[in-house]
Amino acid sequence: MLGSMEVDSQRQVDSSRQVDSSRQVDSSRQVDSSRQVDSSRQVDSSRQRATVTLRVNGRERRLLLPARTTLLEALRENLGLTGTKEGCGKGECGACTVLLDGRPVNSCLMLVSQAENHEILTIEGLSSQENLDPLQDAFIAHGAVQCGYCIPGTLMTAKALLLINPHPSREQIQEAIAGNLCRCTGYEKIIEAIQSVASR
Amino acid sequence: MRDFEYLAPSTLVEALQLLSQAAGQARLLAGGTDLLVRMKDGTVNPGQIIDLRQVAELRGIREEGGMIWIGAMTRHSEVASSPLIQAKAPLFSEACRLIGSWQIRNLGTLAGNLVNASPAADSVPPLFTLDAEVILANHRGERTVPVALFAEGPGRTCLGKDELLTSIRFQPLPETAVSFFLRAGQRRALAISKTSLAFTGILDDRHSTWKEVRIALGAVAPTVIRAHRAETYLVGKPLSRKALEEAAAIVSEEAKPIADVRSTIEYRRLVTGNLLIQGLWPLMKED
Repeated sequence: MLGSMEVDSQRQVDSSRQVDSSRQVDSSRQVDSSRQVDSSRQVDSSRQRATVTLRVNGRERRLLLPARTTLLEALRENLGLTGTKEGCGKGECGACTVLLDGRPVNSCLMLVSQAENHEILTIEGLSSQENLDPLQDAFIAHGAVQCGYCIPGTLMTAKALLLINPHPSREQIQEAIAGNLCRCTGYEKIIEAIQSVASR
Repeated sequence: MRDFEYLAPSTLVEALQLLSQAAGQARLLAGGTDLLVRMKDGTVNPGQIIDLRQVAELRGIREEGGMIWIGAMTRHSEVASSPLIQAKAPLFSEACRLIGSWQIRNLGTLAGNLVNASPAADSVPPLFTLDAEVILANHRGERTVPVALFAEGPGRTCLGKDELLTSIRFQPLPETAVSFFLRAGQRRALAISKTSLAFTGILDDRHSTWKEVRIALGAVAPTVIRAHRAETYLVGKPLSRKALEEAAAIVSEEAKPIADVRSTIEYRRLVTGNLLIQGLWPLMKED
């Protein structure tokens, strides 16, 4: 667990660059490389693979993957979108939260095929090229981030809340983020940060 | 997770055909919030996954012929936010709002909660007090089973290998009905219930005594159970604190919990009765 977190934090440093380059170049390579892996299998394994078209952060991405791939794995390993984290892998911590048609879901508990025909929004799609989302600015201004591992998931849940309810009460904020565990902040500053955007 | 053959039928007929051909090798995928956890840790390794997400016949909430009909693939968040359910079975929407977290409620389905057959499944006690029926289908036809007979033990149901749960239906509660769902857990979100209680009751015309009462208990027996003795006791009784406390004591006796990582027998018994008091106390008129 610790080991994988360390790896992740290193990736995080240049994740924005990686994402950009992968967006430009590599969708064809991705399909090719997974084909290579699959060609070594038995003939009847064809139905163990799935060709999946994902709409991630407004872009359409076609992938050929083993059917057992989770949405989280596809985002991180195949699309290079490493902002979304894996914590528990069981749907209890919320670190892997992404939005599916604006609704927060645990991407670790979805097969990638289940995300087809839905709009997926990840932390990388929250900000525009130059500007952070107001929630991201608020998290920075309020010091709502410590180790940072839970923050992408928490931000996505907060975003979903404000999409359906632009002025939630403190209780509604607490209820919304109940599925995002944070072991550092004690939640107070996270709630304050979300409240500051909600009261605008 | 091991490799499997992935199938995503788009109609119920197709899904039932695939299921009958699979000869027990397939697992049905509804929301996946339990199944994927078990496939990841290796306790379940199906050769085939039949994903039901594209089967439109299994989705939706509507009122038809005086009954509420809910497709089995309907998600907890959809039940929780449905104006129809909020109006006609408010305790059911309350229970669905308490399940898991927002993320889990956006994935998890009624079918999954029922078929998993956990005695602690929060959507189930309300269905017991609504006298709900579940509709099961295979490629030859369908049958209707009272929800109280569906689960046979922890993780066990009366579903045949070639059957799937298509829908749930129940009569709407009258507007004057008293109903609630309460539970006790380690925390409010993402906690498996230590005990839970669903109540529906109808008062007489003068609003002074109970005419009809149904009480269901979760997490205190191998399946969800009805508290029949407490129900019988309350019928005809006034809205008095004394009668309520007696009914709660009977509920505690009817609860047959085990001790496990989440709680003890004594705690579960006492608190199950207390949930009845908590829910009905505001209505009480006399000592």
